[in-house]
Amino acid sequence: MIDKKHIGYAPPPILWDVEKGRIAFFARVVGLTDPIYTDEGAAKAAGYRGIVAPPTFIFGAPGDSGETMQLIETLEIDLGKVLHGEQRFDYHAPVCAGDTLRFQSKVTDIYDKKGGALEFVVNDTKVTNQLGEHVADLHSVIVVRHG
Amino acid sequence: MTFKLQELAIGDAMPVLQLPPISRTTLALFAGASGDHNPIHIDIDFACKAGMKDVFAHGMLSMAYLARALTQWVPQRRILSYGVRFAAITHLGDRVQCSGKVVEKLTHAGRPCARIELTAAKSTGEVTLAGQALVALD
Repeated sequence: MIDKKHIGYAPPPILWDVEKGRIAFFARVVGLTDPIYTDEGAAKAAGYRGIVAPPTFIFGAPGDSGETMQLIETLEIDLGKVLHGEQRFDYHAPVCAGDTLRFQSKVTDIYDKKGGALEFVVNDTKVTNQLGEHVADLHSVIVVRHG
Repeated sequence: MTFKLQELAIGDAMPVLQLPPISRTTLALFAGASGDHNPIHIDIDFACKAGMKDVFAHGMLSMAYLARALTQWVPQRRILSYGVRFAAITHLGDRVQCSGKVVEKLTHAGRPCARIELTAAKSTGEVTLAGQALVALD
């Protein structure tokens, strides 16, 4: 069982640069063809400060930084048993190439179901940018399967 | 996109997006693009040790496909919230289909909005992602 003492665990904040090459790569893999994801002129014509990060792009930060793996180690979870249960993004302002985002996450709940056969870790993350704007909130639930 | 957002009505359907079968190449590229490096999606040895028959797709890949379908229908900047529950594993070869429809019109933080129910499913009909988005119509 995951020790519930980890509720409230908050790793150091991550600083993550939003790179246009990475956005273009992501857009190509997922099949996004709107030029706001690849062309600065098109993005500005659409009213953005710069090339736009697609809706789920910022989820890359906790993976890139190693925060996700660190969380799994800290909570002593077997990576092979982890599934993504839920994911939500609340958007407050656009994220554009050239931004530096700050992610502050916190474990907000740990619970189990089916007599402990399934364990759940809830993580909430506040995302702000270099202008001090609160750009998004991430709400993640990971599931640990036993047996 | 020529329709007016304000005219979205309950029951209006998002155009269906049909994806090609999930391939190992897509999973490898998506791991790099998304930052989700969990080896269970790209390393068959790791997947087998974890009790799976093979690697399987990142939940976030289907979430990104569903967002693609949504942003091809409504402008991204109108999306106030987007969330999903991952209901089933998507395997290699599965063909993901993304669909959605307006289920509610409401006022949120003083803005006219629509709640859109979103679904990703396999060709068998099995739902893999069940979600919703809140979209501003002003």
